[in-house]
Amino acid sequence: MTEATAAERRTVLPCIKIDERGQAYVEARRCSACEAVVTSQPVACPSCGARNTLRPFRASERGVLHSYSIVFRSFPGVETPFISAIVDLDDGVTLKGVVRGVEPKPEAIKFGMPLRMAFDDALGRRDREGRSYVSYFFEPA
Amino acid sequence: MLKFSKAAGVGPEVLGAEAALNAMDEAQVSIKDIQALYAGSAFSGGIAQRLQKMIGQTGIPSASVSNACATGATAFREAMFNILAGDSEITLAVGCEVMPRGLLGGAADNGVSAEGLIGSASMPAVFAESGQEHAAKYGTTFAQFAKVSVKNHHHSTFNPKAIYQKETPLEEVMGAEMIAYPNTKLMCSVNVDGAAAAVVMSEREAKRRGLMNRAVKVRASALASDAFQRRNPTMWDVNTATRMAADWAYEKAGLGPDDVDLVELHDCFATAELLHYENLRLCGPGEAGRMIDTGETAIGGRIPVNLSGGLLSKGHPIAATGIANLYELSCHLRGVAGVRQVPGARIGLAHVVGLGTVSAVHILEKAN
Repeated sequence: MTEATAAERRTVLPCIKIDERGQAYVEARRCSACEAVVTSQPVACPSCGARNTLRPFRASERGVLHSYSIVFRSFPGVETPFISAIVDLDDGVTLKGVVRGVEPKPEAIKFGMPLRMAFDDALGRRDREGRSYVSYFFEPA
Repeated sequence: MLKFSKAAGVGPEVLGAEAALNAMDEAQVSIKDIQALYAGSAFSGGIAQRLQKMIGQTGIPSASVSNACATGATAFREAMFNILAGDSEITLAVGCEVMPRGLLGGAADNGVSAEGLIGSASMPAVFAESGQEHAAKYGTTFAQFAKVSVKNHHHSTFNPKAIYQKETPLEEVMGAEMIAYPNTKLMCSVNVDGAAAAVVMSEREAKRRGLMNRAVKVRASALASDAFQRRNPTMWDVNTATRMAADWAYEKAGLGPDDVDLVELHDCFATAELLHYENLRLCGPGEAGRMIDTGETAIGGRIPVNLSGGLLSKGHPIAATGIANLYELSCHLRGVAGVRQVPGARIGLAHVVGLGTVSAVHILEKAN
């Protein structure tokens, strides 16, 4: 398989972008009127209703564990167990993701533990055209 | 309300028809007395008209309602508002569901599935994360969440309409297959089919028909949805909408949590029930763990919760749930709840919350 160019690399979520240097990042938006932060692409600010106020920015790659579940039963074809986590980034963005590099056991997981984001291939998953995807993962910081 | 079970090859309209006929018989009305129909199904379209083809096509205004786990409660509200708007005296609300089997929920798919990459979008995991947020804040334990399931399974042993009537000791609940920590299989609601229906009448009409001796009055009906919260919808927020609906309902009813004799709340997962003790103001912030430890919400306790067995053991056919919990309250307010009867019950509170998010709270009162 030939190496995909940056423009052709695909991501598992629309908010995961690839910059011109080929580096993946998460794009969030902050409302200039009320400071609300979203990772979706609403037409107006979902917090205050203001229009044309959502300014994109590159999300921080550091944060802390807000909540989690250890998933043992998932949908067909998904390898378990894994840690499903809610992570609060330093800049007010909240992301859901998987924590790797931590044993999937309650005693190994601490609320508030510092995490960093890493971008990697999406566990070898391919779409119908055989194309690979990029996702983010959280790791202990 | 029908006994919840796994329907053998019938559509939701068949279950809905049976529940509707039972409700009309109980209220001593026929389909010819019904002036408007609101029917809900979360997984089947056009249910109101499909239902009319089963029980009588009288040409009345009807609408099919779909509002996640608040579908039945929303159908009931609309049936009530039709009367309040002055358009009718008697209406019918039905919630009926034949469920898809297996795990509910679904991950985003932007080319490849995000499940197992962007965490899990399964319902057990989503509600586990909500529960763990409470654990992070207040130290709530796996055992405390599991006790919810022990209690609700115990309650269902007194309810012949629950799919299960089986005790599940704490060790069994905690030792069951782990689905999404801390929710084991016995801490997940039961995927079943079912239907429930309610005949709604103006007070004037109920009096005219001599039904006040078993009528149940709607003291308040409130519906709230998904106010903006910083983590939502990355982390679905089932708390805010519930708090808003509860506060509006108490305000409309002119009542407070201490006036409530029993509660049927949305225990879709054991982790959720404890959150709603606080969201419904049954206790203060951080006190839910104590509530379950001390048995305050068990049968005979200060404020019994989910005497029907709840979604955990009665079952959770999505659209039927919001009317089935009103049925449970009505049984107590009429004094016909049998072994699980709350003595002298006058006020009951019913709550549902569906992801998206939408929450409904109804406060019912014994009419006389």
